[in-house]
Amino acid sequence: MFKNVAELRDYRNLVKAALAKEKLRIVVCGGAGCVSKGANKVYEKFLSIMKEKNIEFSVVLEKENAKDVRLKKSGCHGFCEMGPLVRIEPTDWLYVKVKEEDCEEIVEKTVLKGECVERLCYTENGKTYVEQKQVPFYKLQTKLSLFNCDKIDATNIDEYLANDGYTALEKAPFEMNSEDIVNEISESGLRGRGGGGFPAGRKWSQVARQKNFPKYVVCNGDEGDPGAFMDRSVMEDDPHRMLEGMIVAGIATGASEGYIYVRAEYPVAVAKLKNAIKQATEYGLLGENILGSNFSFTIKISRGAGAFVCGEGSALTASIEGKRGMPRVKPPRTVEHGLFDKPTVLNNVETFANVPLIIVNGASWYKNYGTEKSSGTKAFALTGNVKNTGLIEVPMGTTLREIIFDIGGGMRDGKKFKAVQIGGPSGGCLTEEHLDLPLDFDSLKKVGAIIGSGGLVVMDESTCMVEVARFFMNFTQNESCGKCVPCREGTKRMLEILERIVEGKGQDGDIELLEELGEMISAMALCGLGKTAAGPVLSTIKYFRNEYEAHIYEKRCPAGECQKLKTITIDKDLCKGCSKCARLCPVGAINGKIKEPFEIDQSKCIKCGSCLSACPFKAIKEN
Amino acid sequence: MENKIDFTVLDQAISEFGTEKKALIAILQRAQEVYRYLPAEIFPYIAEKLDIPEAGIYGVATFYENFSLEKKGKYVIKICDGTACHVRKSTAILDAMRKELGLSESKKTTDDFIFTVETVSCLGACSSAPAIMVNDEIYPTMTPDSAVELLKSIKEKENV
Repeated sequence: MFKNVAELRDYRNLVKAALAKEKLRIVVCGGAGCVSKGANKVYEKFLSIMKEKNIEFSVVLEKENAKDVRLKKSGCHGFCEMGPLVRIEPTDWLYVKVKEEDCEEIVEKTVLKGECVERLCYTENGKTYVEQKQVPFYKLQTKLSLFNCDKIDATNIDEYLANDGYTALEKAPFEMNSEDIVNEISESGLRGRGGGGFPAGRKWSQVARQKNFPKYVVCNGDEGDPGAFMDRSVMEDDPHRMLEGMIVAGIATGASEGYIYVRAEYPVAVAKLKNAIKQATEYGLLGENILGSNFSFTIKISRGAGAFVCGEGSALTASIEGKRGMPRVKPPRTVEHGLFDKPTVLNNVETFANVPLIIVNGASWYKNYGTEKSSGTKAFALTGNVKNTGLIEVPMGTTLREIIFDIGGGMRDGKKFKAVQIGGPSGGCLTEEHLDLPLDFDSLKKVGAIIGSGGLVVMDESTCMVEVARFFMNFTQNESCGKCVPCREGTKRMLEILERIVEGKGQDGDIELLEELGEMISAMALCGLGKTAAGPVLSTIKYFRNEYEAHIYEKRCPAGECQKLKTITIDKDLCKGCSKCARLCPVGAINGKIKEPFEIDQSKCIKCGSCLSACPFKAIKEN
Repeated sequence: MENKIDFTVLDQAISEFGTEKKALIAILQRAQEVYRYLPAEIFPYIAEKLDIPEAGIYGVATFYENFSLEKKGKYVIKICDGTACHVRKSTAILDAMRKELGLSESKKTTDDFIFTVETVSCLGACSSAPAIMVNDEIYPTMTPDSAVELLKSIKEKENV
C-alpha cells in the first residue's frame, strides 16, 4: 500500500530493475485467438521441457532473485491468423504457428545457444522475417492503446508498473487540477473510440461543470459489434491502463465512483478486471485518499446479460441500475443525468486506455499521431476474407489499402477484393473506390460510413452484398429493444423486404421502398441503434444497386451465394440413372428412366439441396 | 420430474450483491448459472427480497438474451454468427450440429437436456472464425465435420 508518490516511485524502480535482469524472455501469446489454437499447451510444454533440462527460469516477475530466463504468457500479439505465436525478447524474434513439438527445438537452440529457429519465422512471398518489427503485418502499425497488450502479463500489476504504468497518477492528482486535466485532454483532440467520435475533453468538461454529487465514471465495455474485439483485448491484456484512465477521469470531473460494464460474452475480461481492481486497491491506487492525495475513487464491475442495445449510453446505465436496458429520450444527456440520475462520464475502453499516455506525454505529443481533426491511433479488428486476420492499431488517416493489402497481406485464396464493412451493423460498406480514403472520423462520415468501434470485415467477390445487408438487418432487428416505433416496426419491414429479395421474390419498387424506410428510421429513431440501423442497407444500395436489381428483376445472385437463386442441374455424363435423387426430392421435381440420365424440373425445384448431397456420383451441380 | 428449487443459492447471491434494485441482474445471472434457467418459483422469492414487482423481474428476465425461462442443456453450444464468422460460412456449422442432434430453430435443447444449440451475435473471436463456444470455452476455425466430431466426443464422455 503506497502512502505517497515517493513510495510508488521506489517500488517502480525496484520492479524495473528486476525486469532488466531478465536476459531472455519467451513470450507466449495468451490472446483468445492463440489460446483457442493451442497456446496454453505450448506454454505448458515449455514449462515441462525447461524443468526437465534443469534450466533456471521464472514464470513471474521476480522482485528479488530474478532469473536470466523468463517464461511469460502475455496478452494478444494481434497476428491471430498465425497463432500460436511465441516472441523471444529482447531479440524480437517471432515464431509463428508454434506447436508443442517445436518447443524442444526452441529451448535447445534459442534458450541454450542463443540461436534463432528460422524455420518457425514468418515467411511471405518467399522472404523470411526473423524480427517481429520487420514483419509487414507489424511494420506499418503504431501501437498506443494496445502497446502493452503483447508485452505484459496482465494478471500481475508489477509488470504494468515496471512498464511505466500508473505514472499518470504521480502527476494528475498532484501537479494538475481538474481544469488542467480537462484542458490537456481537450487539447489532445482525443475523440471517443466507441463510434460517435465525440470529443472526450468536451464531455469531461461538461461533467466537471455539474454541481450535483456524487458523479460517476462509466466505462463502456459492451463491445457488441459483430466483428470487433479490440476492447476485449485491452480489458483482458492491459486492464490497469484502462483503470488508470478511469481514475484520471474521476480526478478531472470530481467523480468518486466508477463502473465498468462488460458484455456477457467476455467472462475472461471480467475475471482479469476483477483481479486488476483487487491489486490496484491493495497497492493504494484505488480507494480512499489515493497516494496520500485528497482524492478517493472506487471501481465496480457490472456484467451485461446479452443485449446489444446496452452499448447505447442511456440503455447501458439503465442496465447497471438493474433495469431493462432501454434507451431514453435525450436531452437530458448522460453528462447531466446519467447513472442513477447523476452526472456521468461515459467513455469506451479504448478511449480510457489512451488517457494515461496523454497525461504523461502531453497533448502535443499525442497530436503527432493521426490527422488534424482525428488525432491519435485507432485499433481495428481485421477479419473476413483477408489473409492476415487479427488486431491492429494504426494512426488515424491510414488508408484502407494500407490496412488490407500491406498489413492484411491482401485477399485470401487469390480472390478479388469487393468491399469492406466498417463499423459493424451501424456502419456501411466501402468499395474499391474508397481504398485510398484516409480512415478518420470525418472522411468516413462523408461517404456514409462510420469508424464505429473499429470492426473491418473484408469481403471478396463470392460475398453477396444483398445477403450482407440482410444479415445486418436481421441482427439489428433482433437487437432492437422495441421501445420506439420507427426502429421496432421499420427494421422488421426492411428485413422482410430483404428476405424476399434474397429468396428471389423481390418486386419492382422494393429498392425504393428500402431507401424510403431507411431514411425514415434514421431520421426518427430514438437512439443510435435505430438511427444507424439502415446504414448497411443504404450503403450497399448506393454502391451495389446492380446486385439488388439482378436479384429482383433477373432472379439471379451475381455472387452465387443466395441459395434460393441457385440453379441445380444434373450432369448428363455423370448421372447413372440410379433414381436416388428422385426418391429423395421432397417436391417430386426430379424425373427420369432408370439407368438413363435424370432431369430436374426447374419450375418445381425449391433449391433445398437434398439431392446434391445424396448423389453417389456427384452428378448434381449448382451454380 | 421437477427438482425442488434450492433457494439457498438465491440467499447467497442476495447476501453477496445486496437487496438494492441494481443487484437484480447479478442475482438473476447467478440463478441462471446454477439452475441453467430461471425457474418460475424464484420470481416471487426475489420480488419479496428486493421489493420489486414480479412483473418487473419478468420484464428484465425476458429482455436479456442470456436469461432463459426454459431449462437448458448441460452443454450450451453457441455458434457464432457474427459478421466475420458469417462470411466464413458459419451457417453450415449450425445446420450440421442441428442435424446431428435432431434440433431446429424452434427446438434448441435435446430431450435429455445434454445439449442446447443456439446462435450468438459475436463471440469476439473473429480472428478464429468461424468459432463456437461450448459453455465458456471457445473452439476456433470450425468446420461442419469438426463440429460433429466435437459433439461425438462429448456424447462419448456423457455416455449417450
